[in-house]
Amino acid sequence: MNNSFVNFGRMTWAASRMLLVLTVVTGIVYPLLVTGIGQTAFRHKANGSIVEVDGKEAGSSLIGQSWNIKGTDKPDPKWFQPRPSNSDYDPLATGSNQLSASNPKLVKLVRDAKERVAEFNGVPQSEVPKDAVTGSASAIDPDISPKYADIQVGRVAKANGLPAAQVRKLVKDHTDGRVIGFMGEPRVNVLELNIALKGLVAKR
Amino acid sequence: MGPVLADVLFVTALIGVLTLVHRPLGDYMAAVFQSTKHLRAERWIYRSVGADPDAEMRWPAYLRGVLFFSAVSVLFLYLLQRVQDKLPLSLGFKPISPDQAFNTAASFVSNTNWQSYSGEVAMSHVTQTMGLAVQNFVSAAVGIAVAVALVRGFARSRTGELGNFWADLVRCVIRILIPLSVVAAVVLIACGAIQNFGDIHHITTLTGQRQAISPGAVASQEAIKDIGTNGGGYFNANSAHPFENPNGFTNWLEIFLLLVIPFSLPRTFGKMVGSVKQGYAIVAAMGIIWFAGVLAVTWLEYAHPGTAAQLAGGAMEGKEQRFGEGNSSLFAVSTTMTSTGSVDAFHDSFSGLSGGVLLLGMMLGEIAPGGTGSGLYGMLIMAIIAVFIAGLMVGRTPEYLGKKIGAREMKLAACYILVTPSLVLIGAALAMALGKGQSSMTNVGAHGFSEVLYAYTSASNNNGSAFAGFGANTEYHNTMLGLCMLLGRFLPMVFVLALAGSLAEQKPIPVTAGTLRTEKPLFTGLLVGAILIITGLTFFPALALGPLAEGLA
Repeated sequence: MNNSFVNFGRMTWAASRMLLVLTVVTGIVYPLLVTGIGQTAFRHKANGSIVEVDGKEAGSSLIGQSWNIKGTDKPDPKWFQPRPSNSDYDPLATGSNQLSASNPKLVKLVRDAKERVAEFNGVPQSEVPKDAVTGSASAIDPDISPKYADIQVGRVAKANGLPAAQVRKLVKDHTDGRVIGFMGEPRVNVLELNIALKGLVAKR
Repeated sequence: MGPVLADVLFVTALIGVLTLVHRPLGDYMAAVFQSTKHLRAERWIYRSVGADPDAEMRWPAYLRGVLFFSAVSVLFLYLLQRVQDKLPLSLGFKPISPDQAFNTAASFVSNTNWQSYSGEVAMSHVTQTMGLAVQNFVSAAVGIAVAVALVRGFARSRTGELGNFWADLVRCVIRILIPLSVVAAVVLIACGAIQNFGDIHHITTLTGQRQAISPGAVASQEAIKDIGTNGGGYFNANSAHPFENPNGFTNWLEIFLLLVIPFSLPRTFGKMVGSVKQGYAIVAAMGIIWFAGVLAVTWLEYAHPGTAAQLAGGAMEGKEQRFGEGNSSLFAVSTTMTSTGSVDAFHDSFSGLSGGVLLLGMMLGEIAPGGTGSGLYGMLIMAIIAVFIAGLMVGRTPEYLGKKIGAREMKLAACYILVTPSLVLIGAALAMALGKGQSSMTNVGAHGFSEVLYAYTSASNNNGSAFAGFGANTEYHNTMLGLCMLLGRFLPMVFVLALAGSLAEQKPIPVTAGTLRTEKPLFTGLLVGAILIITGLTFFPALALGPLAEGLA
């Protein structure tokens, strides 16, 4: 009895010391090593790919943003609009709404989004692509499909007083294909596109 | 290039690179665990811990090492979360509540990495790197150590000795997991994953709105999250978060990382038992089931059944534009069948039948290819069952790898395969009977039940993914799921190590004309069949109430 109690203590002490040492190795040395390499070789990316406009930080090119008129839930016609977001693009509340395809709530969300997007952009509902009416997984998806960018061209051009052809070219220039030709999907980064659009408007 | 061709190339590249890598990696891992030399860093660790790495352990001693180390880990991780506000780099986050801290500690120590919290607003820098990330390493290493002990049970004879747990643990971390993780983490940073210890950073957008940008040592944790088949995301959105998984290439890389050790371990096994062909028979069974799952889910997601998906014109709800349906399907199947549980798209919004396939992937017992280590020992248990069934058919005493599968071995194997189904079915039934399941559902009807079934399946099989509409952060579910995770991890390990000890004591029996050739395709077929029949009989009624009812409605 006494012996097994001593054994219990001895094993606990050995296991604790092992955990402590491995915590130092994998919990301090390893992350600091990786941070050191990252901050030396890829400083911009390691710190969140922050983009600046006119010397001021305007966001992260990897994190989607809301392009609503400030203080409202209305999309601003001047800007290209992102996908629906479960958290209104708050990076401190990532994740989707978790609704299933059979859920009437999701059916209503999709139907409403379809009507809204079609009306807002002046296109028939049949032309509204799937990413425009479905919430992303992260709620901060930085991208839209080239097709969704395409149906926004007319509206954006009109609201900014730009020729549609010029805006269409802008979209084309900011469309990324699949990585190495076959990984992932073609996409348009909304923040980068809108920053380029801002430049175009300034030159007008 | 069309989406179908792109998907075909994507999965072909994955299988191709896995095929190329499994050999050197599998051989290297075998060499690591058979080596008699110690690295200088390892000697330093053994000295500071006071462990003798050359002392052979019989199974009870090996098991004691596993259990004491894991128990201490649960306690340490629990305490760390409870006092995180008093430690540096807390980001102003409060201590985690007792039930959630227990759940999280159980979750990360058991290699489940189920998350009832939201990383970006709950866990401090210290908790993430010195608590959660550490368990990402060591829980994976514990799994591999137990698998290696079982393999030694087959490889050794007339001894009860299975190796030294401390040496296996330390070698796995130092020689396998850390080198792979450093490389993977640097590649991830180069692609855009973040790696810093900053504060939450506020910027003003072009529309004049404020946005908070999260900080974190993300890449370093992301790497081991995948390599160790852990799956606990730095953020709530897990691998759907652009800071964890920035583009189509990192998505491919993460799928590769979470598959690479599980698919290479059968080679290690083959090397250690002296016949790589035995390993190929095992890996073939794993690959067949995994690939069938990939085909089924990819096809279903492109077909997008379900009213909302039909209306939208595609199953993009809960998926990221940069990944799309095809790559998200591949990720989903790979993560559920490896016990990883990270997600790049939310499974709750997959079609009903796809959700059923993902559930089934976990219910198989995480063996196709399964978690790091746990996949191999789970599959070897199924191989013993398959050999036993074959033995019954021809009326011979079953044997596997020159070892008799007698009454003691079969009892242990049978106990092993009873643990997780009991936890899943009793856990889910209890939650429903007490009304705790219903109150945590986001969705209604059959899909709501699937959320509960998924939660208890994921926890008991140490997967960690979720139908995340399930409101897991209640005292009841935190506690019950925590218990499921611990029992689902460590009870099977008891049976595996006891079995290993029993096998190692036997003397080998010679191969005769009557021996079932377990390195042949016929055996692979038998193994796949046995797995499907056993799992099917156990779980079909539960699946019929959830995903099948939804999918066929």
